[in-house]
Amino acid sequence: MLELHKVHKHFGGLQAVDNVSFTVATGCIKGVIGPNGAGKSTLFNLIACNTPLSSGSIRLNGREIQGLKAYQTAALGIARTFQNIKLFSGMKVLECVMVGAHTRGRAGFLAGMLPLPKHRREEAAIRDKSMACLEFLNIADLAHSPTDALAFGQQRAVELARALAADPQLLLLDEPAAGLNIYETAELGRLITTIREQNITVLLVEHDMSLVMDICDEIVVLSSGRKLAEDSPTNIQRNPEVIAAYLGEDHEPAR
Amino acid sequence: MSLELFFQYLVAGITYGAVYAVVAVGFNIIYNSTGIINFAQGEFVMLGGMIAISLVQWLPLAWAIAAAVALTMLIGALMELCCIRWLRQPSILQMLIITIGISILLREGALHIWGEGIRSLPYFYGDAITAWTFGPVRLSPQVVWVLLACGCMVAALHLFFNRSTLGREMRACAVNRTAAALCGIKTRNMVTLSFVLSAGMGALAGCMISPITYTQYDSGAALALKGFTAAILGGLGNSMAAVAAGLLLGILEAFSITLVPLAFQDAVAVSLLLLILFIKPHGLFGSSAVARLKAF
Amino acid sequence: MVGQMRTSQAKLGLLVAAVVLVQFFTSITGTEYYLTQLTMAAYYGLVVIGLCALMGYAGQISIGHAGFFAIGGYISALLTTYDLTPFAASPVVGLLKQAGLLFTWENLYGESLLTCAPWTAGLAAITVAALVALVLGVPVLKLRGHYLAMATLGFGTIIYRMVLALPAFGEADGISQVPGFVLLPAGLLSPGAIMITGESNLRIFNYYVAWTVLLLGLLLLLNLMTRSRSGRALRALHGSEEAAEACGVDTSRAKLQVFVLSAVYAALAGVLLTHFNEGIGPEEATVMKSVRYVALVAVGGMTSLWGALIMGVGLSFLSLRGVFGSYDDAVFGLILLAVMLFAPGGLLQLSNRIPWRRLWPATRHRQS
Repeated sequence: MLELHKVHKHFGGLQAVDNVSFTVATGCIKGVIGPNGAGKSTLFNLIACNTPLSSGSIRLNGREIQGLKAYQTAALGIARTFQNIKLFSGMKVLECVMVGAHTRGRAGFLAGMLPLPKHRREEAAIRDKSMACLEFLNIADLAHSPTDALAFGQQRAVELARALAADPQLLLLDEPAAGLNIYETAELGRLITTIREQNITVLLVEHDMSLVMDICDEIVVLSSGRKLAEDSPTNIQRNPEVIAAYLGEDHEPAR
Repeated sequence: MSLELFFQYLVAGITYGAVYAVVAVGFNIIYNSTGIINFAQGEFVMLGGMIAISLVQWLPLAWAIAAAVALTMLIGALMELCCIRWLRQPSILQMLIITIGISILLREGALHIWGEGIRSLPYFYGDAITAWTFGPVRLSPQVVWVLLACGCMVAALHLFFNRSTLGREMRACAVNRTAAALCGIKTRNMVTLSFVLSAGMGALAGCMISPITYTQYDSGAALALKGFTAAILGGLGNSMAAVAAGLLLGILEAFSITLVPLAFQDAVAVSLLLLILFIKPHGLFGSSAVARLKAF
Repeated sequence: MVGQMRTSQAKLGLLVAAVVLVQFFTSITGTEYYLTQLTMAAYYGLVVIGLCALMGYAGQISIGHAGFFAIGGYISALLTTYDLTPFAASPVVGLLKQAGLLFTWENLYGESLLTCAPWTAGLAAITVAALVALVLGVPVLKLRGHYLAMATLGFGTIIYRMVLALPAFGEADGISQVPGFVLLPAGLLSPGAIMITGESNLRIFNYYVAWTVLLLGLLLLLNLMTRSRSGRALRALHGSEEAAEACGVDTSRAKLQVFVLSAVYAALAGVLLTHFNEGIGPEEATVMKSVRYVALVAVGGMTSLWGALIMGVGLSFLSLRGVFGSYDDAVFGLILLAVMLFAPGGLLQLSNRIPWRRLWPATRHRQS
């Protein structure tokens, strides 16, 4: 469903992403790993259209998304979370998640000032959907708490709920396990597999090896902006190049 | 336009421009150390002039100016100590509004102390019609004073930031406050110092220009807007560019009289500001990448 | 959120009751002259709540809203006082007259004038303000923080310079002898015309008109901010623009919309107040006025339309009564400074911390 073809991105003289091509099949969980500075986050920002490509193409369901604005990709069904969590301060959790469902509504600015029955129904639908997302993540009890008052793990969960509220086809997770302990990470892994069962394709950038190896169907390894390997988790673990570049000389292949 | 008229406009432009440059540098010093735009910057210029005018009744001119500068520096220090220093993680909006509040209070305070009347310092040498003539150029001694004072201030500041330890510490704070604090620099004191410095510079410029432009309780607001225009023209945070931009603005404004009515003279600077903000918010001389590097 | 709705309905009811009670009280005690300032204060309140939507909710500062107020007031004043009689023969004027866009009235000196009808003039003025906001907003709203503040300040300054320098706008004198804003022509409900005007026999009526406009304005904004998709998007972009974009919010469009909306509020207030005062002067366009609106939003608590309304009307009323004397501007400066230093959440927020407040059923806390 997502195809990257010869994607280049340079900042000045620095090649951040260099000739990267891969595809993500519908309904699969794909991981992107690589050492620090390998270009993972840049790649993510390219897919989310936060930064323009230098050359190459990115297609979603056959449609070129290069040159679109970030908010337009959301309408196409790409939802994302952020590495350094970005919730909307000053809002309640439920409201925050309802913003995630922004693309599901149509009511305009003027309609918002006059609560017509049609738009009230739309609002109710958005609220129900958002509540369902909170329930799915077992944080329905937080619905009316202010976002500023949440613990770190809860903030991650709310961000995930916000992304899910958009009913995305493709979910981009930027280091979802960062800052979580082993139990929370394991829980997150289960959650991501459940999300996939809802017919949502998942692309995640992650540092946590155990999570990536456990849940991903396929893994892309980046190093210095170039694609080093693309394979199943088991093969990646055996790939000597990957071990040298990413895990380092003094690391045993993970488990 | 005759050659004499041309030079007359040019000299006037450079004189005003020098003051705009000093105000712009004052903006930059505080911007670099705190990341805020001090809306009360123009009021420092007004206060310097007003205090000196009051003191000159009792003191010799030089002493009156020195005392005025010292007092304005004190006000600058108090402003930082009372209103900025103890805020924890204030938002930009909050600090912006605080400096707006202070500028109003200073202006209104001046109104109640000195009234609405227009005042001025006596000419430092000669009087309003004394002039030195160099060919087509007629130069009032006061203009020389303004240019000398502003030039010396900018030069001294340049030396201070590049040669002295204290200046280097201030630059360190501007670049990375946390890292500077970790190196043992008392970053908060540096912020106070930046307010003191820019208050002093503004006050001195206010004294120098007072015989030419006169001083009134509300003359700070227009100066602040023009100083800010110069700061933006040069790229916010870049003081040497701001000096060039200030002079450029002064000259443009002076020559604009030939094209637009006097009543719109202020609007010229403001339109320029809007234009720059819309087209090149990082300044004439900078790119967005350079603009992030703060330089005194 | 149902609770929220109920609370705001209760608050609205209280406010309406207060408005009516104040009118009765002044009628009984023979202090109806207070209503004049309360009417004016209500119009200023309209500017303040519009600015509150922009500043508090969308997080975009404007130090140029007096400019929009002045655009509204001045254009309406100009169009309703510019005598078209010399051009009465021209086909354009004839056409406008037939379309009902013009009207004839007598000024203080008994001269008969043919000018734009207030409805036409007011609509034209508001349209111009909205267009200016649109044109200004596209580049300005790309700026952040200081740049935005300075750009709007620059806009305000230019408007001030224009009304002060252009003879058409009366220079330092402004425009006077502006006719009343006729809402219902004479003979329809009452023998005289019902209009927005400073005439003392219509004082009570005008008081209610101003408050109706203000409360309607508030209601629309409350709907927008608390119960709509667009309002939610605005508050979201205040929190994080990048995340809002990722959620599909077109942030530049949303900012532009609320900027234009708040400009329309300011211009509407300008139009109505100008007809009520029967004139407008350059002091309405000063930067200090813009700063004052910002102060009123801040003291109301930034993100509180209610706070903005109460503080906006209350302090404007005191200022109009001359309570602050020659310290008027200083008081607003002090308010700005004090609120930002000691109560960034606004004065009303501060009162929540006072113990006696617990005696009152705190609906805010209960529903969360």
